[in-house]
Amino acid sequence: MDPETQSMKLTFNIHGGDFTHAGQPSSEVKKVLKQLGIDGKTIKGIVIALYEAEVNVVAHAWKGTVEVEIDESKITIIVRDEGPGIPDIELAMQAGYSTASKKVREMGFGAGMGLPNMKKNTDELIIESEVDKGTTVKMINYFL
Amino acid sequence: MSGLPTYHALKVDAVKCIGCTHCMKSCPTEAIRVIDGLAVIDHERCVYCGQCHRACPTRAFYVEQDDLEMIRSFKYRVILFPSIMIGQFPEKYSEDQIYAGLKKVGFTHVYEVEQPMQVLIDSVHEVLEDQETHKPAISIYCPAIVRLIQGRYPSLTENLILRKAPHNLAAHFAIEQLIEEGARREEIGLFYATPCIAKIAAVKSPVGERESIVDGVVNMNQLYNEVMKVIADGDAEDNSIQRENLSAEGITWSLTRGESCHFGSRSIAIDGIHNAVRFLERLENDQVHGIDFIEMRACDQSCAGGILLTGNRFMTVERLERRAKRYPAAKDIAQTTIRVDTEELKQKLILDPIKPKPHFIFGKDRVKAMEKMNKAQRIVCFLPGIDCGSCGAPNCHALAEDMVNNKAKMSDCIYLQQMWVDEGRIKAEKAFLNVQKKWGTDRFKADCNKRGRRNEGF
Repeated sequence: MDPETQSMKLTFNIHGGDFTHAGQPSSEVKKVLKQLGIDGKTIKGIVIALYEAEVNVVAHAWKGTVEVEIDESKITIIVRDEGPGIPDIELAMQAGYSTASKKVREMGFGAGMGLPNMKKNTDELIIESEVDKGTTVKMINYFL
Repeated sequence: MSGLPTYHALKVDAVKCIGCTHCMKSCPTEAIRVIDGLAVIDHERCVYCGQCHRACPTRAFYVEQDDLEMIRSFKYRVILFPSIMIGQFPEKYSEDQIYAGLKKVGFTHVYEVEQPMQVLIDSVHEVLEDQETHKPAISIYCPAIVRLIQGRYPSLTENLILRKAPHNLAAHFAIEQLIEEGARREEIGLFYATPCIAKIAAVKSPVGERESIVDGVVNMNQLYNEVMKVIADGDAEDNSIQRENLSAEGITWSLTRGESCHFGSRSIAIDGIHNAVRFLERLENDQVHGIDFIEMRACDQSCAGGILLTGNRFMTVERLERRAKRYPAAKDIAQTTIRVDTEELKQKLILDPIKPKPHFIFGKDRVKAMEKMNKAQRIVCFLPGIDCGSCGAPNCHALAEDMVNNKAKMSDCIYLQQMWVDEGRIKAEKAFLNVQKKWGTDRFKADCNKRGRRNEGF
């Protein structure tokens, strides 16, 4: 088979500070996964993890992209942003730890559950970050 | 699960349908295509919300109902109808006059379905208090919403509250009461006056029930006409005994917030199918937190906006709210008035689990499905993105999906075809034949009786 047709690729842009439109990539990805007949629980985990990643970019970074690749057995999502970066990833992974501004918290975000939630809902999570440059989050979920 | 055949309540009259795409554009599940100039419903996808029925300028959608004459074969002929129906009649008619009218039409017993309401309220409370219940719990009251969730939001089926709707409550209640009075079960015929298409389908082929409890369904607007023929202004027989289990909660149950105001410390009420779609999308993304109970109805103003109603929805709401003030609270209705075993009645309200029925899947084989989706994505690149509907599909993306499922072809897009003519790839005559095939040969003739000519648009 043509390798082109063995996977599906989707890309999205995210704008920092645009809370109104956070959630669009996760909704689109969900639609595709549903059409592929992926089971509801798996989809839910992926959507939650991606939404958290999106909100992180919106809340902390200046801009970012989402690259999604779906193949027969898994979905790989790479969320890349240009932003302040995470100085201590291990600390950020702790539930409740947050650097979100008061303004962001007042909007109902920034509870410090973003990264822990992503960890909980993905099979593989790799975070690379450089202070003042940006953060790259790679998430892999395997289908049943 | 229910082994009953799915009942297709909604049909298109081929004579009246002018293939205008209004219905196709209004459908929340993209279940309609225009084929050979006629609207065709995909019953797998249809949730019976009735948007198409509303949108149709020629009233080509119709709802099948049972022949009213069939009631004659029963000794006890019970009409079950939602309280909404009382709100349809001109205000000069009293409740007793309306009840008398229904009896003149041929019924022996008249039951508004929302009784005895406390039984259902208690039953739903039990579900909400159960630790196992998925929150937010979603009411099954509106069958169009249940079908929408099964098909488009399958993972949310586990949030549905497995307790039956008021029409079941009243049906069981009527049977118990009549048996108490000495009737035999087979002598009792139950007929439901429906405010919408979704309820017909739910009554005829219920989800989560083994069999339909009613013997026939009558459209509320037709029953309204029948009653209006015989209703009298004068003194009517006192039928208040038939309403002694009716409560304020029951009367307002079918209105927006009629359910949600009773349940959970935090609840949400949503009306309108497109609002429901947007909310379910959020709910499925796990972006709704802390809510215990969700009431969701397909029609704007809930059942007061049902498509088989006669009156104006806002006036119906006002009339019902005013009527409710004259009735007692559900909890104040005494057991001696109810007369039947409420615990037993409550047991009868439990539904079997409701299973998901995803209808947006591109086939079982994931690799093939992906191939198809990739193909559809590539096709979309060539389509104009106008979503005009001239191809017979509701939007360009739907057309692309139809193409990969071998239900449509590239030349169905009139813009693409025009470009091909321009490039000399197909002949103009051939292109016109294609369009005629889709929309009929008479379509493009001048016709001064065409719909829309005399300000019929708005």
